[in-house]
Amino acid sequence: MADNQKMWAELGMNLEMHDMLCEVLPGAVGDVFMSQENRPEKMDFFDMVLADVHGIRPAELVEFKKTGGKVFGTFCAYVPDEVIFAAGGIATGLCAGSQFWVPGGERYLPANTCPLIKAMLGARFDKTCPFYRTADMYIGESTCDGKKKAYEILGTDVPLHVMDLPQMKRPVDMEKWAYEIKELIKVVEAETGNKVTEENLAEWIKKINAKRATLQRLYNTRKAAKAPISGTDTLLVSQIAYYDDPERFTQMVNILCDELEQRVADGVDVAPGAKRILISGTPMAIPNWKMHNIIETSGGIVVCEETCTGTRYFEGMVDETGTTLDEMVQNIADRYMGINCACFTPNTGRFDDVIRLAKEYNVDGVIDINLKFCQTYDIEGYTLEQKLNEAGIKVLGIETDYTDNDAQQIKTRVEAFIETLE
Amino acid sequence: MNYIGIDIGSTASKVCILREGADPVFEVLPTGWNSKITAGIIKDNLLEVLGTLEDSKVVATGYGRISVEYADKVITEITCHGRGGYEMAGCDCTIIDVGGQDTKYIQAVNGKAVDFLMNDKCAAGTGKFIEVMANRLGLTIDELFELAKVGKPIPISSLCTVFAESEVINYMGEGKSKEDLAAGVVDSVALKVATLVQRKTLAPTVIITGGLSANDFFAERLSEKLGKIVLPMKDGRFAGAYGAALLAKEKL
Repeated sequence: MADNQKMWAELGMNLEMHDMLCEVLPGAVGDVFMSQENRPEKMDFFDMVLADVHGIRPAELVEFKKTGGKVFGTFCAYVPDEVIFAAGGIATGLCAGSQFWVPGGERYLPANTCPLIKAMLGARFDKTCPFYRTADMYIGESTCDGKKKAYEILGTDVPLHVMDLPQMKRPVDMEKWAYEIKELIKVVEAETGNKVTEENLAEWIKKINAKRATLQRLYNTRKAAKAPISGTDTLLVSQIAYYDDPERFTQMVNILCDELEQRVADGVDVAPGAKRILISGTPMAIPNWKMHNIIETSGGIVVCEETCTGTRYFEGMVDETGTTLDEMVQNIADRYMGINCACFTPNTGRFDDVIRLAKEYNVDGVIDINLKFCQTYDIEGYTLEQKLNEAGIKVLGIETDYTDNDAQQIKTRVEAFIETLE
Repeated sequence: MNYIGIDIGSTASKVCILREGADPVFEVLPTGWNSKITAGIIKDNLLEVLGTLEDSKVVATGYGRISVEYADKVITEITCHGRGGYEMAGCDCTIIDVGGQDTKYIQAVNGKAVDFLMNDKCAAGTGKFIEVMANRLGLTIDELFELAKVGKPIPISSLCTVFAESEVINYMGEGKSKEDLAAGVVDSVALKVATLVQRKTLAPTVIITGGLSANDFFAERLSEKLGKIVLPMKDGRFAGAYGAALLAKEKL
């Protein structure tokens, strides 16, 4: 821990303020994770990563930078990691999931901005996150208006490249996204001094696909009638996916899956009698475990997340048969454009996804969660609810942020929803 | 065996005692600042009436439900209002519960809440809004409703209780009459409640429960906004406690 202090100081962090963040984390982890019964043993790796969330991985990134390596901070499931790693860089998610960073962001942003965007600016400008300090360059994307405009402010403090994500899914848009990926290749090549080649891109398409496959394997174990792992634990794994070393992560998730598959065979159930819930909606960046915790202490078990920290992150593979750079880039573009985010119109693919997942995971009900002031998901929630009703699937809509002040009201709604499922 | 429902609401706590072959007995007391103390007072009152709780089944509901340590089961107010409201209506129905800190839409089929909606963290469109405005106008809630009956509603458009209060203060400054302001306040709550519940399907029978349930004038205003007859309920404020008592009988 003494080494951490030295590293944080060298990263130019606000140590006094950061200590306050470090103080609250162990309590939160204890309340949310350690209080769960019958956890898989192999969660130990992820617990360790979480316990030293601002130590272990940042230290690796700092070492990497000492050898001349470049680190790219990303915010979104649409930014293709393949390209960054192929150029010899490291991509790391920049999380923005804590209320701790929100007031810092409110100094720059209107009150009616979503907490994720506020936390993004707060974490950077308050100098209280080593990941935000370590990244040499940020890669943004034009998903929503809030992020788009906030990147302009963020970009005054750190080199920032914004990918222009199309908002429709016509053939011309697929080509457009391939063009944007080529632009990203130029940017990362210039930053790292390395070329993206057919060889290294093919290699990283395979490696990132392997990571997706292992997450799919993890999710498949949750389809069992008896849940081998809680949603809260799985959410932590999904969150760590954004910033851990991809190859090590794949290996550790596979080890966890070995245990979970054995649990399924043995009929181990972490939540006997609980109602099976599918969460849909906005991303849950670390350390936002609020809704999973509420649901799983109110008679529910989360068995799937149709979110960016869930299926949207790993479903769909990049076609590995491309041989030229152009083919590979188009294959990457096609895979990422298959993600159904509410920033697109129309976004009927997402309704199909939620209904399909509800059946695949045999859920009792869907809870559609909207981060406060996330306009696209909020508006789309109306149609999603209609579609689910038509499909005979029960749904509860919840709007919330990172604070705890609405926790009791939300608990009442979730408990009541679960009572209606009986 | 006695079946007891206890509904600790944000403003008032309601109790229902069900005994074989007897009509339900209802009781109400202010919740005060500490729901544990309120739960204790209710227990003392129950012991006075029943002598013992040994041959009683107790279900607690309402926001203070976890404070009722002697409850055999805790059930949310949504499920309890669904059960109690259904019993009061005598048929499948939509229940609109206008409470002290929230407003709920509940669809009750065969005594079971099958769908519901609650207002978000905002007091406009709840009993609290009327309480705040009555205070501002120097009236009791009953007086506010009496004046509203003869007033011509002034539109209050703010979606926030605090801002709406400023809006009312502006109107007071302009010298508008208390009658018109009172009518505006009632109209505003009715409109907000109507807007909330219109997101959902309404059953042929719609009833009001909660603190405003016995208020014919409010039911009229709400009927007008919804274009549909909304029935006031004499004992509607006890729907949650009644439902809890019925569920104690059926589930325990």
